[in-house]
Amino acid sequence: MTAFWAVLRHDLRLILRQGADGLLVLGFFVMATAMFPFAIGPDAGVLMPIAAGVLWVCALFAATLSLERLFLADYEDGTLELLALTPAPLEVLVLAKAAAHWIVTGVPLLIVAPMMGMLLNLPATAHMALFIAMLLGMPTLSLLGAVGSALVLGARRGGMLLTLLLLPLTLPVLIFGAAAVEAAQAGRPWSSEVTALGGFLIAALVLTPWAAAAALRQALD
Amino acid sequence: MGAMEPTHSFTGAALACRRGGRLVFAGLDFALAAGQALVLRGPNGSGKSSLLRLMAGLIRAEAGVLAWDGQDALDDRETHAGRLHFVGHLDGTKLALTVAENIQFWARLRGMTLDMAALTTIIEPLRLMRLAAVPARLLSAGQRRRLALTRLIAAPAPLWLLDEPSVGLDDESLAAFETLLAAHRAGGGMVVAATHTAIALPEARELRLDAFARGADLDLIA
Repeated sequence: MTAFWAVLRHDLRLILRQGADGLLVLGFFVMATAMFPFAIGPDAGVLMPIAAGVLWVCALFAATLSLERLFLADYEDGTLELLALTPAPLEVLVLAKAAAHWIVTGVPLLIVAPMMGMLLNLPATAHMALFIAMLLGMPTLSLLGAVGSALVLGARRGGMLLTLLLLPLTLPVLIFGAAAVEAAQAGRPWSSEVTALGGFLIAALVLTPWAAAAALRQALD
Repeated sequence: MGAMEPTHSFTGAALACRRGGRLVFAGLDFALAAGQALVLRGPNGSGKSSLLRLMAGLIRAEAGVLAWDGQDALDDRETHAGRLHFVGHLDGTKLALTVAENIQFWARLRGMTLDMAALTTIIEPLRLMRLAAVPARLLSAGQRRRLALTRLIAAPAPLWLLDEPSVGLDDESLAAFETLLAAHRAGGGMVVAATHTAIALPEARELRLDAFARGADLDLIA
């Protein structure tokens, strides 16, 4: 457990010191969502029905953008060897790195998403659903991203490959995340969608560290 | 320093290693007891680094067994990792963090928290004291190497696996490093080092890797 906190603190400190990563993700998310009113026109009747989908797609793209670096820097500077040769299970350390990624990218998106929702004429009734859905969906994405990021280590153009690999895997999160917001928009109950997102998160918490650690060991072999 | 129970043994029997389809070495045996050192020699590509990574459990042996105290060493990966320090070609240093922060992280990974006094005893022998608060990116290559080597003493472990550890060290730092090696062995620690330069390792045994490369050429033809 000490190793988990050591890696989490270490990664957060590194990201804060090197600055821009989290802000870049946030900037991308804000810019990408803000493009839609310009492209489609500010008509609320057009924007409102697609708001939930737009927010989720942009959030997924934004988070995917930063995932390539998750293990790449450690792989290049030798830290990954060090992590693999730690008495703590590599799976736990993977979990810590995914947690750090979520804190730096998922949490800021969570805070900005309601504002972008307003820009897209998302009704106030849907904001709670959006918040809860993103709260459960974004960590799942960081966890899936850890597997993808570990798998593409050593590949040329790993970033592109990662995007292609990862986006299909995020479809369940996208579908249920957008569905929760749409249900709330239409005044329907949205608890079942949120329950599904919670289920995905639990499954990801259990399965992805194991898969990512195996991929990392393979990359070091 | 590294005062473990003083009676460990680390052995390998009939080890073979295949990298990228090529059999690098085969039928390799070695034995290390507490306080002993093993120096790996051989031309480039003879598998010195591969053998060290294999000993660390980073790569899998094609054949053969690694044993710690007579038991399969890689039975439990984490336990084996706790027994060893590996310093390879990559420093494993974060350039954005200071010297002290890097060392603190290495210690915490192994469940230790260093106070100022403990940090001083780690940083002193390799003469990094005045650089403790300096970001690693400002260090010279030799200083970065010294920082990577402090990992060996940031948390105790009985087995040190060193891949060209003295690259970039000046004479004074090399002497300091040799003192660390001697202290580690005096406390019952073991050292395996691959090196082309002369590091003083009194009574170290030599392992010539080209002697185990017989299968390699045949394999290339096949």
